[in-house]
Parts: sequence; structure tokens; C-alpha cells
Amino acid sequence: MAADVQAGRGGEEPGGGLAPGDGQHGERADSPTPGLAQGTEPGAGQEGAMFVHTRSYEDLTSPEDGGAAARSPEERRGEAAGPSSMEQISKDFSELSTQLTGMALDLEEEMRPGKEGKLEPAPQAARHDSVLSGKEEEDVTMDAWRMHRKHVFVLSEAGKPVYSRYGSEEALSSTMGVMMALVSFLEADKNAIRSIHADGYKVVFVRRSPLVLVAVARTRQSEQEIAHELLYIYYQILSLLTWTQLNHIFQQKQNYDLRRLLAGSERITDNLLDLMAHDPSFLMGAVRCLPLAASVRDAVSTSLQQAKAKSLVFSILLSGNQLVSLVRKKDQFLHPIDLHLLFNLISSSSSFREGEAWTPICLPKFNSSGFFHAHISYLEQEMDLCLLLVSTDREDFFTVSDCKRRFQERLRRRGVHHALQEALRTPFYSVAQVGIPDLRHFIYKSKSSGLFTSPEIEAPYVREEEKERLLGLYQYLHSRAHNSSRPLKNIYFTGPRENLLAWVTSAFELYICYSPLGTKAGAISAVNKLMKWIRKEEDRLFILTPQTY
Amino acid sequence: GDQGHEPPRHCPTYIYKVVLLGSTAVGKSSLAYRYVKNDFQESLPTVGCSFFTKIIRMESATVKLEIWDTAGQEKYHSVCHLYYRGAHAALLVYDITNKETLGRAKQWLKELEKEFLHDEIVIALVGNKMDLAEEREVPLFSSQEGEEFARSRSLLFAETSAKSNHQVKDVFMAVGKTWGKHEASQAWTGPLGRGCCPVALLPPSPSAPAA
Repeated sequence: MAADVQAGRGGEEPGGGLAPGDGQHGERADSPTPGLAQGTEPGAGQEGAMFVHTRSYEDLTSPEDGGAAARSPEERRGEAAGPSSMEQISKDFSELSTQLTGMALDLEEEMRPGKEGKLEPAPQAARHDSVLSGKEEEDVTMDAWRMHRKHVFVLSEAGKPVYSRYGSEEALSSTMGVMMALVSFLEADKNAIRSIHADGYKVVFVRRSPLVLVAVARTRQSEQEIAHELLYIYYQILSLLTWTQLNHIFQQKQNYDLRRLLAGSERITDNLLDLMAHDPSFLMGAVRCLPLAASVRDAVSTSLQQAKAKSLVFSILLSGNQLVSLVRKKDQFLHPIDLHLLFNLISSSSSFREGEAWTPICLPKFNSSGFFHAHISYLEQEMDLCLLLVSTDREDFFTVSDCKRRFQERLRRRGVHHALQEALRTPFYSVAQVGIPDLRHFIYKSKSSGLFTSPEIEAPYVREEEKERLLGLYQYLHSRAHNSSRPLKNIYFTGPRENLLAWVTSAFELYICYSPLGTKAGAISAVNKLMKWIRKEEDRLFILTPQTY
Repeated sequence: GDQGHEPPRHCPTYIYKVVLLGSTAVGKSSLAYRYVKNDFQESLPTVGCSFFTKIIRMESATVKLEIWDTAGQEKYHSVCHLYYRGAHAALLVYDITNKETLGRAKQWLKELEKEFLHDEIVIALVGNKMDLAEEREVPLFSSQEGEEFARSRSLLFAETSAKSNHQVKDVFMAVGKTWGKHEASQAWTGPLGRGCCPVALLPPSPSAPAA
């Protein structure tokens, strides 16, 4: 395989915050598509963004992880004593955050010294749901356990196991002890361990006090991408507990066994790891929309918008892991990561299928210190349409529940119910619609809207391993394009089984996969044709007119 | 108005709130599902709380049961008071094959006793998973200590199986009847402060069709 690469001029500087970006004006003139400045590319919203602006995953890897993955040692030394990055986030979002209570009362009580003895015994069976979900704990001494492609461990800074993707945490406590020892050993020297590369494995460490996250992977992902996935796991834990509560717990009691609080939620983390292995949303740091005629989507959005309540911040309608509509409070932006966490929560539990759920949930990128209350329900038994109403007021169940009723009523009155049902029958489109014979698959992301589109993965990527291999190739291109020390704008990759092309500009990212017999010139003309097609279809594939209440 | 189903004019609607509390994996959701849908399915742990309604139509009144099925996981403990506040009845569920879960149910009882006056709430202690009787860890509750415990706190008690549909409906009905016997003068403003709904007590009606 050969990689024909062209280095980007400026690249995207790391350190991009969470605030809407400045569009990198400097790059526009040099952009290979001057007509496609940010905000004008296909899929860009006409009335501003729906999400907090993100530059792919840069905001995940820096500055929050202290530049661990991205900076040169010189740069890092300077900020070694810098303020905790999460503190910065909560500060940034303090104006946005609604007043929410953080700390659980009974926890507060529990933390008082001398109270431990009276507590309910910690759940002994770490995975209460393992029986229910048919998931047996693996024997960690077996070869089969060692053969997993990616292990993920979470431990506390006291070295206590918090989570393990495979096998029981208890059986791994000595392994986790060793991991913590490694972290501490280097820290004693005012240094930080980032990764170990040996024997085809990458061992990646992410430190988010009071937790340490470790992955042991033999995938083709870069260290940066594995760290990115570990951060998702960290955010997943925050979404259950809030950053405030997590820190409070460990401040009170360093050797607290966090599994007590996470009991019953391991499957949510398991599901997230599985999802990241085959859904490009996480890699792209963007959200995919259900293909839907603009008129139908507008009717849905308007219905959602009209079924509002004072305490509602976000109304989200989704199908599978695709967004149907999102209505938000004015000036409140959802971060794609938070939306991914919501997608994951919903896809990891069948319990939402029945009744109406009302649950506290933290959206860590929005406000890591407080809980929202989410009303989660499916519109109809047989339809894969899940409605999520995010409220600031935990007392507001009946009001929010009524919003759902009003929304359904309006949907019926607008008569879009049938059209919606039709659209759900074909939630993915075929790449054949584009009309480029050699084109097998592509991913196109509009940076300004934070949305991406991608056809169904079809032959020859039929088996699960093949699909994962394709995603692996995208991951490779993505990591080359976003390598923080040497970002690339164009990558042409020829492999034995397919050719790929990546094109990253300030406005969009495009990854295409096409026949190994195709030529580079053919690929370039395909890109032009594809871009035209996406432009033509953009009102079906994207949400161009996001609504607010 | 914010009411979903408007009952016929002549027929008063009583709203009656029942909350299920207990450890994780004792079968709270399965009990609710069995009662509401008369079906059984293995379910994953509840996230936060699930809300169900069941309308029971009687000759003289319509009863709307609001069932709050809470998550047993410890991290949701702190929000549970949101769900049981204003409840007319609580089912404290444990798993007869797991002794620890009975201890947890007793803890819930203590918490409820702090929140409610004696006659404000009907509490039933429910030992679920009768279908696994051979793995029983908690002796049948009618034996000495258990029964005394239940009597001393004037609790209702039943052993059920959501899986084999044993006594599930009976528990909900028994709770309803007991509530009806409580002083009928109790005035409720309705759960979670909804003042607009006609809320009264569930009349004792042994023949209520639970259709």
C-alpha cells in the first residue's frame, strides 16, 4: 500500500475551545474550493448551527487532556501545573448551565466519616445485569480473554477497579494495581505516561482525575483515537454521576468502590464500546440524520417546537442512531458528544420501550456539574422512533409527558405520520443512488453543522469483520488527516482491496472508498460528482433549518 | 388542560399513585409489566424511573393508576423521593432468592416512615420470584419474625411471581382495598402538585375489573 500525501498548510491548530469557531479565515483563500468556505458547504445549516461548534475531535484531545496526545514536550511542560481542564469547562459553561442540583443527598450522608458500617453492603455481584443480559463474566486467565482486540479498564487513582470491558473487575484488581503503579511511577517524576507500544499492542492511558482509563488494543487505530474513545468512556461515566459528584466522592473517600454507583450501568459502557467499533459518528464527532424529505422533517420539527414547555431545553427525535429532528432552546447548544451519549443510552436499554422513562442525566459537555431530567419514550410500539425531552426541572414530569402527547397530536394533524413511517422503512440510502460506478462508500461531514452523511455499507463489506475493516481504514485516514504534529489535507490511499481518498478542508471532511481498479484521476472526478450529488440532496440528508423554541 | 384521557362526565376519576421500590434485579419492572400488560419479559435494569398508567373502569368511578417503577440501582437512590412523594401506596419488592434484598426493602420502609404519616400511605412488602421457590433464601414470611415484622408495621405482605403470574394483580388490588379503608377524609392535592385533577380515594371495590 502506498500513501500519497500532501501536507496541509496550517492545519487546524489544536486548542480550539468549545465556543463557536472563527471559521479560520486565513485558510479560506487557500482552500482548494474557495466557494465552500465554512457555512456554505453542502449540509451547512441556513440559520446557524445546531450544535456547539466542533472541529472534528480536536476539542476532545486538546486542550482537555492536557495536550497529552497532541503537544510537543516543550509545550506540555509549560502547562503542567495548569488548571484542571474540567474546571475550565464547567467555568466556560457556567453561564449556560441551568440551576441543577448536583450532589445526591444520601451520598452526602454516606460520605460522613463513621457511617460506612451502617450501609447496605456493596453489591457483591459486580454485574447485576449479567444474568439478565445473558452475559457471563469471562475467566481472565483464559486465552480467549487475552485474544480480545480491545480491552478497556477504568480504575480509580487508588488503583481500585471501576470497570473492565471483559472479565470481572475483582479478578483484575492486581492487573489494575500494576496499571496504577505505572501511572504513579512516571508521575513521581513530573511526567505522564501516554502509551506503551509493544508486540502489536498499544496500551493507552488517559488520566482524568479521579479516574484513570486504560485501553489495551491491537486494532489499527492511532494512539490518539484510542485516547479519544477512552474519553468517551469517561464522559459516559460523568453522564451518570456528574463531574461534581464523582469528585466529591473521591475527595471524601479516596478508596471508594465506584462500582457500587455504576452497578447496573456496565452494559451502557459495554454498548458504547461496541457502538464506537462500528458507527462512524464517534470518529467523525458528528451526527447522522435520518434521510427524510425536507417538508416532512420541517413538519416534525415544527410539531416538536410547538410542543414546548418552560423547562425544556432540547427536544430530540431519533431513529436508531440517526437524528430525525432536534429543537433547542435559543442560545443553548448541544454538543455532538452529549448527543452520542444519549444515543448510546437509548440503544443500550430495552427498558425505554415500555412506559415513559424519567431519568436524571448529565450532559457532560454542556454542564458537567448538574443533572437534567430526560423524558424518554418511543412514539409507538412498532416504530423505531424515540422521543427525548430534556428538561431542567426534575419535578416537571407531567408537563413534559404532556409535551409528548401534544407533539403526537400535532404530528397526526399535520398528516406526516405516514410519510415518517415510510422513511423509517429505508433508514439508509444506497451508494448506487449517487451514480458513480466505482464508488463503494463515503463519509461526508459538514463542519459547520456538525452533521455527516454516509450511505449504507454494502457489498463487498458484508460480514461484520469487513465492515469493521472499512471503518478501520477510515480511522486510519482520519488519524493521518488530524495528526496534530503533521495534519494532512489530502490523502490518496491505494490498498489491495480498495482505494480511498480523504479530503479535509475548513468547511468539510470527505472520505471516499472506491474500487481498487479505479485511478487517482477517476477518484478526483468522482469527488466532484459526489459533492454535486450531496449538494443536490442536502435538504434530505441534513437538517438545514434547525429550529428553536 | 393537561390531562390525556378525559373520562366520561358522569364518572369521577380517581388518581391513585403507586410506587415500586426495592433493590436492583428483584423484579419491580416485571411486576409492573405483568400488571399493566399482563405479559412477562426479561428486562434490563431500569434507567431512572418508568411511568405506566392503567385505567380501571368501574360502574361508579374510573380509577387511573399511576405506577412509578423506580430503578433499584444505588445511583438513582437520591432521586427516588421524587417518585414516591405523594404516593398513595408503595410496593417494597425483594427477591425471595436473595436475602440482601429484603434488608434493602426494610431500609426503604424506614425511609417511607420518615416521609409519611402512618395513614397516609399503604405499604406492601412483596417477595417476588416465587417461581424460583427452590432457590429460596428468605424463609416464607408468615413464619414468626417476618409476620411479626409485617404486623407491627401494619404492612401488607404477599409473595408473587411476575414470571408465572402469581398474585400480581392481587397485590395491586389488596393495596387498593386497604387504601379505601383508610379515612376517607384525606385530602390530596395530587401527585407532584397537579391541582387540576379530581383526585380522591380509591373506593374499596373487590370486584373492580382490571381490564
